[in-house]
Amino acid sequence: MSRCGRSGEGATGIIDGMAFLNDRDRAAVRQEFEKLAGPVKLIVFSQELVAGDLCRQNEQLIQEVAELADGKATVEVLNPAIDRERAEAYGVDQVPATVVEGSRDYGLRFYGIPSGYEFGNLIDAMIVASTGEPQLSEATRASLAALAGDVEIKVFSTPT
Amino acid sequence: MRLAQHMAVASERVTATAIEATEFPELARSYRVMAVPKIVINDRVEFEGALPEPQFLDAVLRAV
Repeated sequence: MSRCGRSGEGATGIIDGMAFLNDRDRAAVRQEFEKLAGPVKLIVFSQELVAGDLCRQNEQLIQEVAELADGKATVEVLNPAIDRERAEAYGVDQVPATVVEGSRDYGLRFYGIPSGYEFGNLIDAMIVASTGEPQLSEATRASLAALAGDVEIKVFSTPT
Repeated sequence: MRLAQHMAVASERVTATAIEATEFPELARSYRVMAVPKIVINDRVEFEGALPEPQFLDAVLRAV
């Protein structure tokens, strides 16, 4: 859908000062963001000494996305080496990392730059965190409500 | 990731973490990521590729 990856045509984001998102990306995201309801908080963890380039690119992408949310999304940038308690509380142990939070912390985390395939998921995560209304069947909701233990789902992907 | 994140919002017991495999090669290696998307639930149940909601839920329930 989006071409905000770090290769291929369209916006690249690899050069400082260039935008990640092109006009078409922006228009598509703006349209999706019409579904936003309550506020969304994007907590970005960056550490220059660990992964400076990736962290800067991640911050830039998250800022660009937040700016399309018509004031409903805020961005906070933290350094896990300095803001240790916050990083621990969020369970963030690597950078770049982004927490997507709605009226509570739903446990939504992105490690690495959410570009390419993950970009659509970032937008979707912001919307579902904002509404607090997951798009799942009644049967799935009932099963999840009855979970006896914690469930940690990791999803590995690549930009293309 | 879509189903995982909707499940995370549906239940306080569920968390969903997206990991960009090329930026975290050691993590990807330790989870033997050969194809994407690769889903790992509680480090116990894993599968590659997208699953329909009922099968995804089944994998979640098997991991608890």
